[in-house]
Amino acid sequence: MTDSPLLIDRLTKSFQGGGRRVTALDGVSVSLAAGVVTGLIGPDGAGKTTLMRVVAGLLIADAGRVEVLGVDVAAEPLAVQSRIGYMPQRFGLYEDLSVRENLDLYADLQGVPAAARAERYQRLMEMTGLGDFMARLAGQLSGGMKQKLGLACTLVKPPRLLLLDEPTVGVDPVSRRELWSIVYRLVEEEGMSVLLSTAYLDEAERCAEVILMHQGRVIDQGPPRRFSEPLRGRAFQVSVPAEERRSRQAQLSRTPGVLDAVLQGDSIRVVLDREPPAETRRLAESSAWRSVEPRFEDGFVTLLNAGQERVEPPHVTLGSRFTGAAIEVEDLTRSFGDFVAVKRSSFTVQSGEVFGLLGANGAGKTTTFRMLCGLLPVSSGQVRVAGVDLRHAAAKARGRIGYMSQKFSLYANLSVRQNLDFFARAYGLRGRAAGARIRWALEAFELETFETTESGTLPLGYKQRLAMAAALMHEPDILFLDEPTSGVDPLARREFWGRINALAESGVTVLVTTHFMEEAEYCDRLAIMSAGEILALGTPMEIKARAATAEQPHPEMEDAFIALIQQRGSD
Amino acid sequence: MFARILALTIKELLALFKDKRSRFIVVIPPLIQLLIFGYAASFDLNHIPYAVYDRDGGYAARDLLARFEGAPSFDLARRIQRQDEIAEVIDTRDCLLVIQVPPRFTADLVSGQTAPVQILIDGRNSNSAQIAQNYVARIVTGFNQDWVFARGLQGMPVSLVTRAWYNPNLESRWFFVSGLVGLLTLVVTMMVTALSVAREREQGTFDQLLVTPLRPVEILIGKSMPGILIGVFEASLVVILAVFWFKVPLMGELAVLYTGILLFVFAAVGVGLMISSLAATLQQALLGAFLFLVPAVILSGFATPIDNMPPAVQMLTLVDPLRYYLVILRSVFLEGAGFGLLAQQMWPLAIIAAVTLAAAGWLFRHRMS
Amino acid sequence: MPTLVSSRLIGLLRKESLQILRDPSSIAIAFVLPVLLLLLFGYGVSLDSKHVKVGIVVEQPGSEARSFVAAFQQSVYFEPHLYPTLQAGRAALRASEVKGILVLPADFAQRLKGDRDAPIQVIVNGVDANSARLLEGYVQGVWTTWLQRELQARQIQVAQPVEPQTRIWFNPELESRNYLVPGLLVVNMTLVGALLTALVFAREWERGTLEALMVTPVTIGEILIGKLLPYFVLGMGGMVLSVLMALFLFGVPMRGSLWVLGICSTLFLLTALGMGLLISIVTRNQFVAGMVAILATFLPAFLLSGFLFDIGSMPVVVQVVTHVVAARYFVTILQSLFLAGDVWSLILPNAAALVLMAGFFLGLSRRLLRKRLE
Repeated sequence: MTDSPLLIDRLTKSFQGGGRRVTALDGVSVSLAAGVVTGLIGPDGAGKTTLMRVVAGLLIADAGRVEVLGVDVAAEPLAVQSRIGYMPQRFGLYEDLSVRENLDLYADLQGVPAAARAERYQRLMEMTGLGDFMARLAGQLSGGMKQKLGLACTLVKPPRLLLLDEPTVGVDPVSRRELWSIVYRLVEEEGMSVLLSTAYLDEAERCAEVILMHQGRVIDQGPPRRFSEPLRGRAFQVSVPAEERRSRQAQLSRTPGVLDAVLQGDSIRVVLDREPPAETRRLAESSAWRSVEPRFEDGFVTLLNAGQERVEPPHVTLGSRFTGAAIEVEDLTRSFGDFVAVKRSSFTVQSGEVFGLLGANGAGKTTTFRMLCGLLPVSSGQVRVAGVDLRHAAAKARGRIGYMSQKFSLYANLSVRQNLDFFARAYGLRGRAAGARIRWALEAFELETFETTESGTLPLGYKQRLAMAAALMHEPDILFLDEPTSGVDPLARREFWGRINALAESGVTVLVTTHFMEEAEYCDRLAIMSAGEILALGTPMEIKARAATAEQPHPEMEDAFIALIQQRGSD
Repeated sequence: MFARILALTIKELLALFKDKRSRFIVVIPPLIQLLIFGYAASFDLNHIPYAVYDRDGGYAARDLLARFEGAPSFDLARRIQRQDEIAEVIDTRDCLLVIQVPPRFTADLVSGQTAPVQILIDGRNSNSAQIAQNYVARIVTGFNQDWVFARGLQGMPVSLVTRAWYNPNLESRWFFVSGLVGLLTLVVTMMVTALSVAREREQGTFDQLLVTPLRPVEILIGKSMPGILIGVFEASLVVILAVFWFKVPLMGELAVLYTGILLFVFAAVGVGLMISSLAATLQQALLGAFLFLVPAVILSGFATPIDNMPPAVQMLTLVDPLRYYLVILRSVFLEGAGFGLLAQQMWPLAIIAAVTLAAAGWLFRHRMS
Repeated sequence: MPTLVSSRLIGLLRKESLQILRDPSSIAIAFVLPVLLLLLFGYGVSLDSKHVKVGIVVEQPGSEARSFVAAFQQSVYFEPHLYPTLQAGRAALRASEVKGILVLPADFAQRLKGDRDAPIQVIVNGVDANSARLLEGYVQGVWTTWLQRELQARQIQVAQPVEPQTRIWFNPELESRNYLVPGLLVVNMTLVGALLTALVFAREWERGTLEALMVTPVTIGEILIGKLLPYFVLGMGGMVLSVLMALFLFGVPMRGSLWVLGICSTLFLLTALGMGLLISIVTRNQFVAGMVAILATFLPAFLLSGFLFDIGSMPVVVQVVTHVVAARYFVTILQSLFLAGDVWSLILPNAAALVLMAGFFLGLSRRLLRKRLE
């Protein structure tokens, strides 16, 4: 296995779109290592998906050569397609077919002999845990199970090269971990080579090699350590008092010589410049600063931020008028027919708190979330949002909340300005007040240059900013964020959370759902849900402490999350 | 409240007209339908291909046949020489009818006897056959009258004198084009409203809308405004084209016409919103609109008279808003009818509008959960 | 590897069939809509007027007038209402209570004997020109029959020079159902072949299922056949159902051969499927595909096929357009097959046109469908 399964030589690909030519791939040359997992990492628009599609023979390159397992893709796409597996970002399962029928289809298409199927299915089902659901329609599976089925369909004939395009977007940590264990087992047992793109940098860290792409070019390729190693001795963990953590984090990220500062429970993780100013260096020598192992993420962020001037997002602050409990939930229950999606949940969110709602796909967090926003009536129990009972004054309560969903659901064919106009008016602003607020939104979110652009054509990061601006038009007391960073690259996520922190500082209450465990660390308090019930409620430190064991005294948030859910499952 | 509804209406209109597909739907199908319908939809026959088998050859036969050749609706396609050619020209649809003049035709006529003429008509299209038969009868009657008069014989009394009110030349284009105003208003209004909520559901913007302080009734009004505006606009456009392009006379008052248009547009918007609130996806909405439109058009009396339908089906047409609207349109256009005559068409429309809008509101609120 | 080819195709066929069986909207378009249309047209819609409400104004009652009115009362075509004065009759016409009025003037009996002044006057509501013309024809018929009987009874000899002897071939009773129902079969097949196929294939683009399919070693030909064959079967199923309804429910005669019907239906269905595929390949979007399918296939099948409206009477430009409407050829074939029989000189050229169109659409689909995402 010395030959590379994938050789890319000076690959160039551009698209005609919107009157201009966009170069998606600009002279990319890559040689993939055999029998290992290689990560393809980069911010949105780096050209990752285009690269995958060219390799799979779905796009024709403008120039350059791609050789897959010794076969030229452009010349013999069918030969390549019969030997690789490709799982697109949105794997198109036939939702009206059952699990078995989907598998049968791909087995037929890949020419898996009938005799070999039983054994292969059994193995795939054992790995994916879908064995009990063979007869269920794919459309009725949870998000995580769908991804696993998509993977199983891709693997129905063991491919020599597996291409995975962001396979874990919107998948909860438990399913994510299961997905990875399948991939790694196959790499080990069948000697498969894998090329995967992901927005989760902890996944990248586990790859044998990483290809870092930016703006259609390969910036670097090598083992993840190669990216984090130069930062050795420059990464620190800073303990701060809980109540000061946000202001300290904001302050630190503005300190000269600090490349990156993010919240991590009740401490702040800081990465310093190669040669920080003297005062910053002195700061690092204080007892509160503890030197830590650099991570791939640190390398990624510093590498992509290097050379560019660090843009500091202007801080968004709103005067919040509300104090006391922002959200009170008592014995909240919701059932759909016989199925109880949420069982007697109770929790309280204080004003100015950032509260995270975590859970596996199908745990009931979306249902809870929708009931809190008034999108779904409650079956029983009490919900008071901003001090108002939702059953009686839903419209009044809605005037005090802002809502942002994972799909950035704005009117795609309206311009940025028209969207803002509409939401300002929908929230009852008019005249000068509306004008002032729209100006504020354009400035604070740096949307001025895009004022007349159609929202649908905005880059993902700007869509997210616009969605947030729209949700903040009316200076809400409470902000509801439903997986706001799903599929967004790490840089945009940092910027987004910078704004959220500033909002929380000014007293806005934030309720957020996420699958990113590092984002759970940014929250003041968390609720972890499973099967409609709240399993754990507390600060990130408390939650992590609950999962501490003798062999793992300092578990990561993901370990804690999985431990809690598995513990529940075994009860 | 009005500011919010206005904002929503503006947004709906912007979203509709900035979207290439929606613009397409509002503009292209009506134009195509108008041109196709306006020119193609007509039961008038103006080029009846026919063949002649003249076995007599006398002057009376030539005189009779000359009348057919001179008639604008008839086109002589063939002169036949043998009996077996008759079946051939009719079977292949080369000719709709064959006129067979028997031997001794002129001789019989001259001697004062009744001479038969055989008319063989292709009945595959029964409507065309019937119309052609009437045309033939008229020409033969004319020939008879002149023949009798020229010879001073006692003939059949001059038969009927027919006058057609409102449409003296019996142009069926007037009928179809005025009906077209109704059809196009319905199609466009339904499409705009039936797809509006479903599209927002599919794009995920509906939730975003629902978390604003807009009340369901405000959303409903905001969603129906574009349908109403576009429906009235579309109706006006087609009315203008009907009057100035197709030269259909507009005898009645605009006030009556627009009262009818408004009532009908409300009813159509109500049905559209009902479909929209029921549909979970765009495809369902499209299918739902289609499933409503086809029977609504067939049962409206657009092409075939309601009076010809069996009583049970006639009952069914009572809930079809297009039925009332077509009567209003045709009456206002051609008869110049006023409110007095049309009141009994207007109140059922008002009831349908009220019921469907209320049902849409109810469904809307219940589907939200 | 012939065995592998068949395995991929079988997989696609099985998948497509299962999806059809589970998708209520496919069933709705393939069976419910055609049945609904057939029932509506077969039972509801008719161009044959019966029991038409006419007003008869009798200004001066007498034996002639009485017997004339009686003739109308006996006719199945009319439902006469009597009015004593012209004013009353005109008012009824204006209020649309009757479709037309016959006026028998006070000197009706006198005028019957003379030959210069028409004894009766007919006023029809001309709004619906077609119905008005048919009404005029019916009135003429009743009038002529009554007059001949009347003259005979009084032994008055009148010259009647030419007497047209009309024979209607194929459909002597002039049942409009006999020509509407075969035409509807064309509309129904267009629904399944073009509309449904366009929607279903566009859905695969939209849901991203085609991207995953494309990276398997499946060939374009297999994808196309995998799509065509199930919908072909579905369309034929709908056709058989429609034909059975036509024959046994509506009593439409079938004078041609069933095998010719089968072959011609196959040709037309292939054309419709080709159009549906082409539309979805070009649009890749359910909504647009649906609209285009309705505009480019469904409406022309209704309006430009000769199913309702006579093509020969359309303006030349529109007539030229009808030549690219596949439904036109199939309507011609069907109306003849049902009512006339196997008229080869008619069937062969029209079938040849269908072969050409099917080849064109399927060939173009095959060329345009690439295993590429651009």
